[in-house]
Amino acid sequence: MTGVLPPGQRPRVLEMQGVDKTFNGAVMALRKMSLTVNQGDFISLLGPSGCGKSTALRLISGLMPPTAGRIVWDGGEHPGDLGMVFQEPTLMPWATVAQNVWLPFRLRGMSFTSVKDRITEALAGVGLERFADSYPRALSGGMKMRVSIARAMVTKPRLILMDEPFAALDEITRQKLNDDLLALKARIGCTVIFVTHSVFESVFLSDRVVIMAARPGRVVREIGVDAPYPRDMAFRTSPAYAAKCREASDALILAMGEAA
Amino acid sequence: MTMADRLSPLPTAEAAADAHETRRARAARIERVAKWLLPILVLGLGTWLWDRIVVWNDIPHYILPGPGLVAETLVDDWADLREALLVTIWITVMALGLAVIGGVGLAILFTQSRWMEMSFYPYAVILQVTPVVAVAPLIFIYIDSRIAGLLLCAWLVAFFPILSNTTLGLKSADHNLTDLMRIYRASRWQRLRYLQLPSALPYFLGGLRIAGGLSLIGAVVAELVAGRAGIGSGLASRISEAGYRLDIPLMFAALLLIALSGVAVFAVLSLVSHLALRKWHESALSRE
Repeated sequence: MTGVLPPGQRPRVLEMQGVDKTFNGAVMALRKMSLTVNQGDFISLLGPSGCGKSTALRLISGLMPPTAGRIVWDGGEHPGDLGMVFQEPTLMPWATVAQNVWLPFRLRGMSFTSVKDRITEALAGVGLERFADSYPRALSGGMKMRVSIARAMVTKPRLILMDEPFAALDEITRQKLNDDLLALKARIGCTVIFVTHSVFESVFLSDRVVIMAARPGRVVREIGVDAPYPRDMAFRTSPAYAAKCREASDALILAMGEAA
Repeated sequence: MTMADRLSPLPTAEAAADAHETRRARAARIERVAKWLLPILVLGLGTWLWDRIVVWNDIPHYILPGPGLVAETLVDDWADLREALLVTIWITVMALGLAVIGGVGLAILFTQSRWMEMSFYPYAVILQVTPVVAVAPLIFIYIDSRIAGLLLCAWLVAFFPILSNTTLGLKSADHNLTDLMRIYRASRWQRLRYLQLPSALPYFLGGLRIAGGLSLIGAVVAELVAGRAGIGSGLASRISEAGYRLDIPLMFAALLLIALSGVAVFAVLSLVSHLALRKWHESALSRE
Protein backbone atom coordinates (compact mmCIF):
# COMPACT_ATOMS: atom_id res chain seq x y z
CA MET A 1 0.00 0.00 0.00
CA THR A 2 1.22 3.47 -0.80
CA GLY A 3 2.73 5.73 1.78
CA VAL A 4 0.81 4.58 4.87
CA LEU A 5 3.04 3.45 7.71
CA PRO A 6 1.86 0.80 10.16
CA PRO A 7 0.02 2.19 13.20
CA GLY A 8 2.46 3.26 15.89
CA GLN A 9 4.97 4.70 13.42
CA ARG A 10 2.67 7.30 11.89
CA PRO A 11 3.31 11.01 12.49
CA ARG A 12 0.66 12.88 14.43
CA VAL A 13 -1.89 15.06 12.57
CA LEU A 14 -3.82 16.45 15.49
CA GLU A 15 -4.59 15.84 19.11
CA MET A 16 -7.77 16.69 20.99
CA GLN A 17 -6.83 17.33 24.61
CA GLY A 18 -9.70 17.22 27.11
CA VAL A 19 -12.06 19.06 24.81
CA ASP A 20 -15.42 20.25 26.21
CA LYS A 21 -18.22 21.82 24.22
CA THR A 22 -21.19 23.40 25.95
CA PHE A 23 -24.01 25.07 24.00
CA ASN A 24 -25.78 28.13 25.43
CA GLY A 25 -23.83 27.63 28.64
CA ALA A 26 -26.16 24.77 29.55
CA VAL A 27 -26.20 21.83 27.15
CA MET A 28 -23.04 19.79 27.41
CA ALA A 29 -22.54 18.27 23.97
CA LEU A 30 -19.06 16.90 24.58
CA ARG A 31 -17.09 16.25 27.77
CA LYS A 32 -13.36 15.78 28.13
CA MET A 33 -12.78 14.28 24.70
CA SER A 34 -9.21 13.28 23.99
CA LEU A 35 -8.17 11.74 20.71
CA THR A 36 -4.93 11.44 18.83
CA VAL A 37 -5.17 11.32 15.07
CA ASN A 38 -2.16 10.10 13.12
CA GLN A 39 -1.27 10.38 9.47
CA GLY A 40 -3.09 7.70 7.47
CA ASP A 41 -5.53 6.71 10.23
CA PHE A 42 -9.08 5.77 9.40
CA ILE A 43 -10.96 6.61 12.59
CA SER A 44 -14.68 6.06 13.07
CA LEU A 45 -16.62 7.92 15.71
CA LEU A 46 -19.43 5.50 16.53
CA GLY A 47 -22.35 6.24 18.79
CA PRO A 48 -26.06 6.93 19.18
CA SER A 49 -27.51 10.31 18.23
CA GLY A 50 -26.69 13.02 20.74
CA CYS A 51 -23.30 11.52 21.63
CA GLY A 52 -21.44 14.54 20.27
CA LYS A 53 -19.81 12.82 17.32
CA SER A 54 -20.91 15.48 14.85
CA THR A 55 -19.95 18.16 17.36
CA ALA A 56 -16.45 16.67 17.54
CA LEU A 57 -16.22 16.87 13.76
CA ARG A 58 -17.34 20.51 13.72
CA LEU A 59 -14.74 21.34 16.38
CA ILE A 60 -11.99 19.68 14.36
CA SER A 61 -13.11 21.41 11.16
CA GLY A 62 -12.78 24.75 12.96
CA LEU A 63 -16.44 25.69 12.43
CA MET A 64 -16.66 26.40 16.15
CA PRO A 65 -14.22 26.71 19.04
CA PRO A 66 -14.12 24.34 22.01
CA THR A 67 -15.51 25.62 25.32
CA ALA A 68 -12.54 24.11 27.17
CA GLY A 69 -9.52 22.00 26.29
CA ARG A 70 -7.38 22.27 23.17
CA ILE A 71 -7.06 20.89 19.69
CA VAL A 72 -3.36 20.79 18.86
CA TRP A 73 -2.38 20.53 15.23
CA ASP A 74 0.87 19.17 13.95
CA GLY A 75 2.58 22.31 12.72
CA GLY A 76 0.67 24.62 15.07
CA GLU A 77 -2.06 26.29 13.03
CA HIS A 78 -5.35 24.83 11.84
CA PRO A 79 -4.35 23.73 8.34
CA GLY A 80 -7.38 24.93 6.39
CA ASP A 81 -6.61 22.08 4.01
CA LEU A 82 -9.53 19.81 4.88
CA GLY A 83 -12.07 17.87 2.91
CA MET A 84 -15.59 17.60 4.29
CA VAL A 85 -18.45 15.30 3.34
CA PHE A 86 -21.86 15.83 4.93
CA GLN A 87 -24.79 13.48 5.34
CA GLU A 88 -26.47 15.20 2.38
CA PRO A 89 -24.49 15.46 -0.86
CA THR A 90 -24.53 19.27 -0.44
CA LEU A 91 -23.94 20.08 -4.09
CA MET A 92 -24.65 23.39 -5.77
CA PRO A 93 -27.70 22.63 -7.97
CA TRP A 94 -26.91 25.46 -10.39
CA ALA A 95 -23.46 24.08 -11.21
CA THR A 96 -22.46 21.02 -13.21
CA VAL A 97 -20.78 18.05 -11.57
CA ALA A 98 -17.34 19.23 -12.74
CA GLN A 99 -17.99 22.77 -11.52
CA ASN A 100 -19.02 21.41 -8.12
CA VAL A 101 -15.76 19.50 -7.83
CA TRP A 102 -13.92 22.63 -8.95
CA LEU A 103 -15.17 24.58 -5.88
CA PRO A 104 -12.21 24.03 -3.50
CA PHE A 105 -9.79 25.11 -6.23
CA ARG A 106 -12.00 27.99 -7.32
CA LEU A 107 -11.96 29.38 -3.78
CA ARG A 108 -8.15 29.38 -3.99
CA GLY A 109 -8.39 31.46 -7.15
CA MET A 110 -7.48 28.66 -9.55
CA SER A 111 -9.15 28.69 -12.97
CA PHE A 112 -11.15 25.73 -14.24
CA THR A 113 -8.79 25.02 -17.13
CA SER A 114 -5.74 25.00 -14.87
CA VAL A 115 -7.17 22.21 -12.69
CA LYS A 116 -9.31 20.43 -15.28
CA ASP A 117 -7.05 17.34 -15.23
CA ARG A 118 -7.29 17.03 -11.47
CA ILE A 119 -11.08 17.39 -11.59
CA THR A 120 -11.27 14.68 -14.27
CA GLU A 121 -8.99 12.49 -12.17
CA ALA A 122 -11.13 12.96 -9.06
CA LEU A 123 -14.31 12.18 -11.00
CA ALA A 124 -12.70 9.11 -12.54
CA GLY A 125 -11.77 8.03 -9.00
CA VAL A 126 -15.47 7.85 -8.11
CA GLY A 127 -16.46 6.47 -11.53
CA LEU A 128 -18.31 9.56 -12.72
CA GLU A 129 -16.07 11.00 -15.43
CA ARG A 130 -18.88 10.56 -17.97
CA PHE A 131 -21.15 12.79 -15.89
CA ALA A 132 -18.83 15.81 -15.66
CA ASP A 133 -21.26 18.05 -17.53
CA SER A 134 -24.46 16.77 -15.92
CA TYR A 135 -26.36 18.76 -13.33
CA PRO A 136 -26.79 17.19 -9.88
CA ARG A 137 -30.55 16.77 -10.39
CA ALA A 138 -29.85 14.18 -13.09
CA LEU A 139 -27.95 11.94 -10.65
CA SER A 140 -29.12 9.33 -8.14
CA GLY A 141 -28.51 9.74 -4.40
CA GLY A 142 -25.45 7.48 -4.49
CA MET A 143 -23.98 9.29 -7.48
CA LYS A 144 -24.48 12.68 -5.82
CA MET A 145 -22.62 11.37 -2.78
CA ARG A 146 -19.78 10.25 -5.06
CA VAL A 147 -19.54 13.78 -6.43
CA SER A 148 -19.40 15.07 -2.87
CA ILE A 149 -16.53 12.65 -2.12
CA ALA A 150 -14.72 13.67 -5.31
CA ARG A 151 -15.01 17.32 -4.24
CA ALA A 152 -13.57 16.52 -0.79
CA MET A 153 -10.66 14.56 -2.29
CA VAL A 154 -9.84 16.65 -5.35
CA THR A 155 -7.29 18.81 -3.51
CA LYS A 156 -5.72 15.68 -1.95
CA PRO A 157 -6.04 17.11 1.57
CA ARG A 158 -4.25 15.53 4.52
CA LEU A 159 -7.46 15.14 6.47
CA ILE A 160 -10.99 14.32 5.34
CA LEU A 161 -13.95 14.61 7.70
CA MET A 162 -17.09 12.63 6.92
CA ASP A 163 -20.34 13.16 8.83
CA GLU A 164 -22.56 10.08 8.35
CA PRO A 165 -22.10 10.35 4.59
CA PHE A 166 -23.84 7.10 3.65
CA ALA A 167 -26.63 7.08 6.25
CA ALA A 168 -29.33 7.96 3.73
CA LEU A 169 -28.29 5.41 1.11
CA ASP A 170 -29.56 1.89 0.53
CA GLU A 171 -27.46 -1.02 1.83
CA ILE A 172 -26.11 -2.12 -1.57
CA THR A 173 -25.03 1.37 -2.60
CA ARG A 174 -23.56 1.84 0.85
CA GLN A 175 -21.37 -1.26 0.63
CA LYS A 176 -20.16 -0.25 -2.82
CA LEU A 177 -19.31 3.23 -1.58
CA ASN A 178 -17.49 1.77 1.45
CA ASP A 179 -15.30 -0.30 -0.88
CA ASP A 180 -14.65 2.68 -3.15
CA LEU A 181 -13.87 4.95 -0.22
CA LEU A 182 -11.17 2.60 1.05
CA ALA A 183 -9.65 2.37 -2.43
CA LEU A 184 -9.62 6.16 -2.78
CA LYS A 185 -8.15 6.67 0.66
CA ALA A 186 -5.37 4.18 -0.12
CA ARG A 187 -4.64 5.99 -3.37
CA ILE A 188 -4.30 9.51 -2.00
CA GLY A 189 -2.99 8.40 1.40
CA CYS A 190 -5.10 10.81 3.44
CA THR A 191 -6.39 10.59 6.99
CA VAL A 192 -10.12 10.08 7.52
CA ILE A 193 -12.35 10.79 10.51
CA PHE A 194 -15.68 9.14 9.83
CA VAL A 195 -18.83 9.67 11.87
CA THR A 196 -21.38 6.87 11.73
CA HIS A 197 -24.01 5.08 13.77
CA SER A 198 -23.47 1.78 11.97
CA VAL A 199 -21.33 -0.77 13.82
CA PHE A 200 -20.75 -2.81 10.65
CA GLU A 201 -19.67 0.17 8.61
CA SER A 202 -17.29 1.46 11.27
CA VAL A 203 -15.57 -1.91 11.75
CA PHE A 204 -15.27 -2.53 8.03
CA LEU A 205 -13.73 0.85 7.28
CA SER A 206 -11.60 1.82 10.25
CA ASP A 207 -8.39 0.88 11.90
CA ARG A 208 -9.71 2.53 15.06
CA VAL A 209 -13.32 2.66 16.21
CA VAL A 210 -13.98 5.30 18.87
CA ILE A 211 -17.16 4.48 20.76
CA MET A 212 -19.07 7.40 22.21
CA ALA A 213 -21.99 7.72 24.60
CA ALA A 214 -24.63 10.41 25.00
CA ARG A 215 -25.74 12.88 27.70
CA PRO A 216 -23.14 14.20 27.98
CA GLY A 217 -21.32 13.21 24.78
CA ARG A 218 -18.06 11.46 25.62
CA VAL A 219 -15.62 8.80 24.49
CA VAL A 220 -16.14 5.52 26.32
CA ARG A 221 -13.84 3.16 24.49
CA GLU A 222 -11.50 2.75 21.60
CA ILE A 223 -11.31 -0.51 19.66
CA GLY A 224 -8.47 -1.22 17.25
CA VAL A 225 -9.27 -3.18 14.11
CA ASP A 226 -5.94 -4.58 13.00
CA ALA A 227 -7.08 -6.42 9.85
CA PRO A 228 -4.87 -5.31 6.97
CA TYR A 229 -6.05 -3.17 4.06
CA PRO A 230 -7.19 -3.58 1.34
CA ARG A 231 -10.30 -5.05 2.88
CA ASP A 232 -12.84 -6.74 0.67
CA MET A 233 -15.82 -9.09 0.65
CA ALA A 234 -13.68 -11.81 2.22
CA PHE A 235 -13.09 -9.57 5.25
CA ARG A 236 -16.77 -8.72 5.43
CA THR A 237 -17.64 -12.41 5.83
CA SER A 238 -14.67 -13.38 8.03
CA PRO A 239 -14.99 -14.51 11.68
CA ALA A 240 -12.51 -11.77 12.67
CA TYR A 241 -14.89 -9.12 11.28
CA ALA A 242 -17.86 -10.69 13.05
CA ALA A 243 -15.91 -10.79 16.33
CA LYS A 244 -14.95 -7.13 16.07
CA CYS A 245 -18.52 -6.13 15.25
CA ARG A 246 -19.66 -8.06 18.31
CA GLU A 247 -17.07 -6.33 20.48
CA ALA A 248 -18.02 -2.87 19.19
CA SER A 249 -21.71 -3.65 19.52
CA ASP A 250 -21.31 -4.83 23.12
CA ALA A 251 -19.32 -1.74 24.01
CA LEU A 252 -22.00 0.44 22.43
CA ILE A 253 -24.82 -1.29 24.31
CA LEU A 254 -22.87 -0.93 27.55
CA ALA A 255 -22.31 2.76 26.82
CA MET A 256 -25.98 3.34 26.08
CA GLY A 257 -26.95 1.46 29.24
CA GLU A 258 -24.73 3.77 31.27
CA ALA A 259 -26.35 6.80 29.73
CA ALA A 260 -29.92 5.62 30.26
CA MET B 1 -52.85 -24.22 -12.92
CA THR B 2 -51.49 -24.72 -16.42
CA MET B 3 -48.71 -22.80 -18.03
CA ALA B 4 -51.18 -21.02 -20.34
CA ASP B 5 -53.25 -19.84 -17.36
CA ARG B 6 -50.26 -18.31 -15.76
CA LEU B 7 -49.09 -16.60 -18.90
CA SER B 8 -52.39 -15.30 -20.21
CA PRO B 9 -52.85 -12.29 -17.87
CA LEU B 10 -49.58 -10.79 -19.00
CA PRO B 11 -50.45 -9.59 -22.55
CA THR B 12 -53.78 -8.11 -21.41
CA ALA B 13 -52.09 -6.24 -18.58
CA GLU B 14 -49.59 -4.89 -21.07
CA ALA B 15 -52.33 -3.81 -23.47
CA ALA B 16 -54.22 -2.13 -20.64
CA ALA B 17 -51.11 -0.17 -19.66
CA ASP B 18 -50.69 0.85 -23.28
CA ALA B 19 -54.26 2.05 -23.55
CA HIS B 20 -53.73 4.03 -20.38
CA GLU B 21 -50.57 5.61 -21.80
CA THR B 22 -52.34 6.41 -25.09
CA ARG B 23 -55.17 8.08 -23.21
CA ARG B 24 -52.70 10.11 -21.21
CA ALA B 25 -50.78 11.19 -24.30
CA ARG B 26 -54.01 12.19 -26.04
CA ALA B 27 -55.18 14.21 -23.05
CA ALA B 28 -51.82 15.99 -22.97
CA ARG B 29 -52.08 16.84 -26.68
CA ILE B 30 -55.59 18.21 -26.31
CA GLU B 31 -54.52 20.27 -23.32
CA ARG B 32 -51.64 21.83 -25.25
CA VAL B 33 -54.01 23.09 -27.95
CA ALA B 34 -56.80 24.07 -25.55
CA LYS B 35 -54.40 26.19 -23.50
CA TRP B 36 -54.18 28.60 -26.42
CA LEU B 37 -57.49 28.03 -28.14
CA LEU B 38 -59.81 28.54 -25.16
CA PRO B 39 -58.61 32.03 -24.16
CA ILE B 40 -58.83 33.12 -27.80
CA LEU B 41 -62.39 31.81 -28.02
CA VAL B 42 -63.32 33.65 -24.83
CA LEU B 43 -61.78 36.85 -26.22
CA GLY B 44 -63.75 36.49 -29.48
CA LEU B 45 -66.98 35.75 -27.64
CA GLY B 46 -66.47 38.64 -25.22
CA THR B 47 -65.76 41.12 -28.00
CA TRP B 48 -68.79 39.93 -29.96
CA LEU B 49 -71.04 40.29 -26.89
CA TRP B 50 -69.65 43.77 -26.21
CA ASP B 51 -70.39 44.76 -29.81
CA ARG B 52 -73.91 43.28 -29.70
CA ILE B 53 -74.78 44.99 -26.41
CA VAL B 54 -73.74 48.36 -27.87
CA VAL B 55 -75.67 47.81 -31.13
CA TRP B 56 -78.81 46.19 -29.69
CA ASN B 57 -79.19 48.83 -26.97
CA ASP B 58 -78.23 51.71 -29.20
CA ILE B 59 -75.69 52.93 -26.65
CA PRO B 60 -74.09 56.24 -27.76
CA HIS B 61 -70.30 56.18 -28.25
CA TYR B 62 -69.70 58.78 -25.51
CA ILE B 63 -71.18 56.28 -23.01
CA LEU B 64 -69.79 53.01 -24.31
CA PRO B 65 -68.05 52.74 -27.69
CA GLY B 66 -68.17 49.39 -29.48
CA PRO B 67 -65.01 47.39 -30.06
CA GLY B 68 -64.96 48.46 -33.71
CA LEU B 69 -64.84 52.15 -32.80
CA VAL B 70 -62.06 51.51 -30.24
CA ALA B 71 -60.02 49.70 -32.89
CA GLU B 72 -60.67 52.54 -35.32
CA THR B 73 -59.49 55.11 -32.77
CA LEU B 74 -56.43 53.01 -32.13
CA VAL B 75 -55.55 53.16 -35.82
CA ASP B 76 -56.52 56.82 -36.41
CA ASP B 77 -54.69 58.17 -33.34
CA TRP B 78 -51.84 55.70 -33.60
CA ALA B 79 -49.11 58.34 -34.14
CA ASP B 80 -50.13 60.13 -30.93
CA LEU B 81 -50.79 56.95 -28.94
CA ARG B 82 -47.54 55.38 -30.05
CA GLU B 83 -45.57 58.29 -28.66
CA ALA B 84 -47.42 58.05 -25.34
CA LEU B 85 -46.97 54.28 -25.28
CA LEU B 86 -43.22 54.65 -25.73
CA VAL B 87 -43.05 57.15 -22.86
CA THR B 88 -44.98 54.82 -20.53
CA ILE B 89 -42.89 51.81 -21.49
CA TRP B 90 -39.68 53.80 -21.14
CA ILE B 91 -40.62 54.93 -17.62
CA THR B 92 -41.70 51.41 -16.67
CA VAL B 93 -38.48 49.83 -17.91
CA MET B 94 -36.26 52.51 -16.36
CA ALA B 95 -38.08 52.25 -13.03
CA LEU B 96 -37.77 48.48 -13.12
CA GLY B 97 -34.05 48.77 -13.89
CA LEU B 98 -33.56 51.14 -10.97
CA ALA B 99 -35.67 48.87 -8.76
CA VAL B 100 -33.39 45.96 -9.63
CA ILE B 101 -30.27 48.00 -8.82
CA GLY B 102 -31.78 49.45 -5.64
CA GLY B 103 -33.49 46.26 -4.49
CA VAL B 104 -30.57 43.92 -5.09
CA GLY B 105 -28.06 46.49 -3.80
CA LEU B 106 -29.97 46.98 -0.56
CA ALA B 107 -30.52 43.23 -0.20
CA ILE B 108 -26.77 42.61 -0.49
CA LEU B 109 -26.07 45.42 1.96
CA PHE B 110 -28.63 44.04 4.42
CA THR B 111 -27.26 40.49 4.28
CA GLN B 112 -23.66 41.67 4.60
CA SER B 113 -24.37 43.86 7.60
CA ARG B 114 -26.89 43.04 10.31
CA TRP B 115 -26.54 46.62 11.58
CA MET B 116 -27.59 48.06 8.24
CA GLU B 117 -30.55 45.73 8.08
CA MET B 118 -31.69 46.54 11.60
CA SER B 119 -31.33 50.26 10.93
CA PHE B 120 -32.98 50.57 7.54
CA TYR B 121 -35.28 47.62 6.92
CA PRO B 122 -38.21 49.12 8.87
CA TYR B 123 -38.05 52.21 6.66
CA ALA B 124 -38.06 50.10 3.50
CA VAL B 125 -41.27 48.53 4.81
CA ILE B 126 -42.77 51.95 5.56
CA LEU B 127 -41.97 53.12 2.02
CA GLN B 128 -43.70 50.04 0.70
CA VAL B 129 -46.89 50.22 2.77
CA THR B 130 -47.48 53.94 2.19
CA PRO B 131 -49.71 54.22 -0.91
CA VAL B 132 -47.80 55.90 -3.71
CA VAL B 133 -50.87 57.97 -4.66
CA ALA B 134 -50.59 59.69 -1.30
CA VAL B 135 -46.88 60.41 -1.63
CA ALA B 136 -46.82 61.41 -5.30
CA PRO B 137 -48.27 64.96 -4.93
CA LEU B 138 -45.47 65.81 -2.48
CA ILE B 139 -42.86 64.32 -4.75
CA PHE B 140 -44.01 66.51 -7.62
CA ILE B 141 -43.76 69.59 -5.42
CA TYR B 142 -40.11 68.99 -4.55
CA ILE B 143 -38.88 67.44 -7.76
CA ASP B 144 -38.91 69.76 -10.74
CA SER B 145 -38.15 67.22 -13.40
CA ARG B 146 -41.37 65.48 -14.38
CA ILE B 147 -39.56 62.38 -15.62
CA ALA B 148 -37.49 62.13 -12.43
CA GLY B 149 -40.67 62.40 -10.35
CA LEU B 150 -42.41 59.69 -12.36
CA LEU B 151 -39.36 57.43 -12.09
CA LEU B 152 -39.16 57.96 -8.34
CA CYS B 153 -42.83 57.07 -7.87
CA ALA B 154 -42.59 53.94 -10.01
CA TRP B 155 -39.37 52.95 -8.24
CA LEU B 156 -40.97 53.35 -4.81
CA VAL B 157 -43.64 50.83 -5.72
CA ALA B 158 -41.39 48.39 -7.55
CA PHE B 159 -38.24 48.03 -5.47
CA PHE B 160 -39.71 46.35 -2.39
CA PRO B 161 -40.63 42.94 -3.82
CA ILE B 162 -37.13 42.71 -5.27
CA LEU B 163 -35.56 43.76 -1.98
CA SER B 164 -37.57 41.39 0.19
CA ASN B 165 -37.35 38.41 -2.18
CA THR B 166 -33.62 38.85 -2.80
CA THR B 167 -32.94 39.25 0.92
CA LEU B 168 -34.83 36.03 1.60
CA GLY B 169 -32.92 34.31 -1.22
CA LEU B 170 -29.51 35.46 -0.02
CA LYS B 171 -30.33 34.08 3.42
CA SER B 172 -31.61 30.77 2.04
CA ALA B 173 -28.23 29.41 1.00
CA ASP B 174 -27.79 25.79 2.07
CA HIS B 175 -26.33 25.66 5.61
CA ASN B 176 -23.93 22.85 4.83
CA LEU B 177 -22.64 24.70 1.76
CA THR B 178 -22.16 27.77 3.95
CA ASP B 179 -20.16 25.62 6.39
CA LEU B 180 -18.16 24.18 3.51
CA MET B 181 -17.31 27.71 2.38
CA ARG B 182 -16.06 28.47 5.89
CA ILE B 183 -13.99 25.29 6.03
CA TYR B 184 -12.40 26.26 2.71
CA ARG B 185 -11.72 29.76 4.10
CA ALA B 186 -13.80 31.52 1.46
CA SER B 187 -13.82 35.31 1.68
CA ARG B 188 -17.07 37.18 2.24
CA TRP B 189 -17.03 38.19 -1.43
CA GLN B 190 -16.48 34.60 -2.59
CA ARG B 191 -19.30 33.37 -0.43
CA LEU B 192 -21.59 36.01 -1.91
CA ARG B 193 -20.48 35.41 -5.48
CA TYR B 194 -20.38 31.61 -5.54
CA LEU B 195 -23.07 30.68 -3.03
CA GLN B 196 -25.48 33.38 -1.96
CA LEU B 197 -26.15 35.08 -5.31
CA PRO B 198 -26.88 31.83 -7.18
CA SER B 199 -29.07 30.66 -4.28
CA ALA B 200 -30.99 33.94 -4.42
CA LEU B 201 -31.54 33.87 -8.19
CA PRO B 202 -34.91 32.02 -8.20
CA TYR B 203 -36.22 34.28 -5.40
CA PHE B 204 -34.96 37.40 -7.19
CA LEU B 205 -36.64 36.38 -10.44
CA GLY B 206 -39.93 35.81 -8.59
CA GLY B 207 -39.64 39.32 -7.15
CA LEU B 208 -38.74 40.70 -10.56
CA ARG B 209 -41.97 39.44 -12.11
CA ILE B 210 -44.01 41.14 -9.40
CA ALA B 211 -41.92 44.32 -9.68
CA GLY B 212 -42.45 44.47 -13.46
CA GLY B 213 -46.20 44.77 -13.02
CA LEU B 214 -45.80 47.19 -10.12
CA SER B 215 -43.50 49.55 -11.99
CA LEU B 216 -46.12 49.87 -14.74
CA ILE B 217 -48.76 50.57 -12.08
CA GLY B 218 -46.40 53.07 -10.44
CA ALA B 219 -45.72 54.82 -13.75
CA VAL B 220 -49.45 55.11 -14.56
CA VAL B 221 -50.53 56.24 -11.09
CA ALA B 222 -47.75 58.82 -10.86
CA GLU B 223 -48.68 60.25 -14.21
CA LEU B 224 -52.33 60.56 -13.23
CA VAL B 225 -51.24 62.46 -10.12
CA ALA B 226 -48.71 64.59 -12.00
CA GLY B 227 -51.59 65.76 -14.15
CA ARG B 228 -49.89 68.11 -16.59
CA ALA B 229 -50.28 66.79 -20.10
CA GLY B 230 -48.52 67.76 -23.28
CA ILE B 231 -45.23 66.85 -24.90
CA GLY B 232 -43.55 63.81 -23.39
CA SER B 233 -46.56 62.52 -21.51
CA GLY B 234 -47.58 58.88 -21.38
CA LEU B 235 -50.73 56.83 -21.77
CA ALA B 236 -52.14 57.75 -18.36
CA SER B 237 -52.10 61.45 -19.30
CA ARG B 238 -53.89 60.55 -22.53
CA ILE B 239 -56.58 58.80 -20.52
CA SER B 240 -57.23 61.68 -18.12
CA GLU B 241 -57.03 64.22 -20.96
CA ALA B 242 -59.49 62.19 -23.07
CA GLY B 243 -61.71 61.90 -20.00
CA TYR B 244 -62.06 65.70 -19.81
CA ARG B 245 -63.07 65.76 -23.47
CA LEU B 246 -65.44 62.79 -23.04
CA ASP B 247 -63.46 61.02 -25.75
CA ILE B 248 -64.38 57.57 -24.41
CA PRO B 249 -63.08 55.59 -27.42
CA LEU B 250 -59.62 57.13 -26.91
CA MET B 251 -59.77 56.21 -23.21
CA PHE B 252 -60.48 52.61 -24.14
CA ALA B 253 -57.72 52.59 -26.77
CA ALA B 254 -55.14 53.91 -24.29
CA LEU B 255 -56.37 51.49 -21.61
CA LEU B 256 -55.98 48.60 -24.05
CA LEU B 257 -52.38 49.63 -24.73
CA ILE B 258 -51.59 49.82 -21.00
CA ALA B 259 -53.03 46.34 -20.46
CA LEU B 260 -51.03 44.98 -23.38
CA SER B 261 -47.86 46.63 -22.03
CA GLY B 262 -48.44 44.89 -18.69
CA VAL B 263 -48.88 41.55 -20.42
CA ALA B 264 -45.73 42.15 -22.48
CA VAL B 265 -43.66 43.04 -19.38
CA PHE B 266 -44.88 39.91 -17.61
CA ALA B 267 -44.20 37.70 -20.65
CA VAL B 268 -40.67 39.05 -21.14
CA LEU B 269 -39.81 38.63 -17.45
CA SER B 270 -41.26 35.11 -17.38
CA LEU B 271 -39.10 34.23 -20.37
CA VAL B 272 -36.01 35.69 -18.70
CA SER B 273 -36.81 33.68 -15.57
CA HIS B 274 -37.29 30.48 -17.54
CA LEU B 275 -34.05 30.92 -19.47
CA ALA B 276 -32.07 31.62 -16.30
CA LEU B 277 -33.41 28.63 -14.36
CA ARG B 278 -34.24 26.00 -16.95
CA LYS B 279 -31.05 23.99 -16.43
CA TRP B 280 -31.32 23.40 -12.72
CA HIS B 281 -34.24 24.86 -10.78
CA GLU B 282 -37.26 22.76 -9.85
CA SER B 283 -39.68 25.45 -11.01
CA ALA B 284 -38.37 25.32 -14.59
CA LEU B 285 -37.99 21.56 -14.94
CA SER B 286 -40.38 19.26 -16.68
CA ARG B 287 -40.83 15.95 -14.91
CA GLU B 288 -40.41 12.84 -16.92
